[in-house]
Amino acid sequence: MEINKDLIGASSTPIVLAILANEDGYGYAILKRVRALSGGRLAWTDGMLYPVLHRLERLGHIKARWEVAETGRRRKYYRITPGGRDQLAEERKQWQAVDATLRGIWRSLDQFDDSPAPLPQGS
Amino acid sequence: MTADQMNSLEEQIDRWREYLRRRQAIHAVDVAELEDHLREQISGLVDAGLDADEAFLVAIKRLGNLDALSREFAHEHSDRLWKQLVVFPSDTGAPRARARTNALVAFGFAAAAAIAIKVPALFGLGWDQDAEIIFYLRNISLFVLPFLTAYFVWKRQLFDISTLRWVVAAFVVAAIFANVYPFASGGHTQVLAVLHLPMALWMIVGVAYAGGRWNQVAGRMDFIRFTGELFIYYVLIAMGGGVFTGFLALIFQAIGMDMEIFITQWLLPSGAAGAVLVGAWLVEAKQGAIENMAPVLTRLFTPLFALLFVAFLAALVWTGRGMNIDRDMLIAFDLLLVVVLGLLLYSISARDPSQPPGMFDVLQVVLVVSALLVDAATLWAIAARISEFGFSPNRVAALGENIIFLVNLTWAAVLYIRFLRRRGTFSALEAWQTNYIPVYALWAAIVVIIFPPVFGYL
Repeated sequence: MEINKDLIGASSTPIVLAILANEDGYGYAILKRVRALSGGRLAWTDGMLYPVLHRLERLGHIKARWEVAETGRRRKYYRITPGGRDQLAEERKQWQAVDATLRGIWRSLDQFDDSPAPLPQGS
Repeated sequence: MTADQMNSLEEQIDRWREYLRRRQAIHAVDVAELEDHLREQISGLVDAGLDADEAFLVAIKRLGNLDALSREFAHEHSDRLWKQLVVFPSDTGAPRARARTNALVAFGFAAAAAIAIKVPALFGLGWDQDAEIIFYLRNISLFVLPFLTAYFVWKRQLFDISTLRWVVAAFVVAAIFANVYPFASGGHTQVLAVLHLPMALWMIVGVAYAGGRWNQVAGRMDFIRFTGELFIYYVLIAMGGGVFTGFLALIFQAIGMDMEIFITQWLLPSGAAGAVLVGAWLVEAKQGAIENMAPVLTRLFTPLFALLFVAFLAALVWTGRGMNIDRDMLIAFDLLLVVVLGLLLYSISARDPSQPPGMFDVLQVVLVVSALLVDAATLWAIAARISEFGFSPNRVAALGENIIFLVNLTWAAVLYIRFLRRRGTFSALEAWQTNYIPVYALWAAIVVIIFPPVFGYL
């Protein structure tokens, strides 16, 4: 199953913020985490994560710093800011609302499928 | 991984990095971030059993299409498409420290030039009398260019004694000849000397600028580029300075203080001197900020000037009128030829020599050939005037300059046409133009040093 681009784009903010809310991370680690959490269903193109990270940084939701990793290379780590946590809470509310709405819709669709087709009114 | 595989992997990553760096929207720090990602991915894949080449390919593929990626970056960082003046790179470490030292030294020299121009005032030389103004005019380049030269000597670490001795000697000789001649007041040779001294000394700046590359075509070409960009920066700074001065005068007027003396005696001379250094520093600090402005203007005006010359020549032939060239006209036509030469030089400096000839080159040839004809007509008129009224310093100076332009343009036209017919290379034209620079300086030096005694300081 391929998840379409718009959905991936819309969900990238809460996913990245939630992962960083657990612990600080860098690009590659964040991507690995996304793969594991989604069971490989969220197929992000690796490079595209970085413009997302930069946007979140510009908005002040996360903060970057350079560190020397255990491999000896310089690596850019990201940490969530208090503003980012607020944003995550806000996103969570919005997604829960969307999720609840969709659940309701799926449920009613399932009921239609199970019950016989309703008779046209007035016949 | 074997050492061999390791090397080839490093090479591939180098190439990938170079390729990525050329994208304007992706900055060096982002490339570093992406490279860390790429290496991490590759080592993960190698651990999973792939060999280095395969791992590289897979990692590149996962990173995604580079065009799409740089579009995303451009979308997020749209400001980057407007080249910013990054005076101090945001990277920490050595480059930043170097940029800061550089700025400090440049502003130090700018301050020195700004102060130097006021030093004569300490000895009672104001701006009021004619003799005083003439003193400043005769020495104007000596207040500024030594500092500019010193800045480049420092910047290029040009501390070898033989070059330095030569540069210092040139300025000392210039200072002597600018001041010892007993010019008649308001004499033509004096005006000529005032005009030509900066031209002669500009080449000394060039030697320092090129920093040991003066004998290479590329080094002199860089100096030509630098001259054009500095001119543009200077004009921009001057316009900003004009606005600043206007506000300064205005708001102090509101509280009843007249700033005229401060502006004319201090702000203008010191600002004009210091701005040369600041402009030079800006050109150096960020060649990319107004990158290639001179060539852009060249592209706009080459067709217009070509049209102007063709129309002028057509009118000249059609009406059969002779050219009436008096002194002001002489200067105007000389300036016109300087502009043409500038157009030619900057389009050469911005052209990729390996490109095949195109439409713009044809236009360039039209410009050169028509300018050549206009120059020949001017020369004819000057010669006629000399045979009628005899030699005067202005006429001889104009004659010399026009002959120098004529030689330059003739050979440039030959080389350009050869290039258009694919019989010659563009580099030959480049080499000709850059080799010709000392000729102008030499002629300017002759006008400064030889003309006054020959014409009796008139």
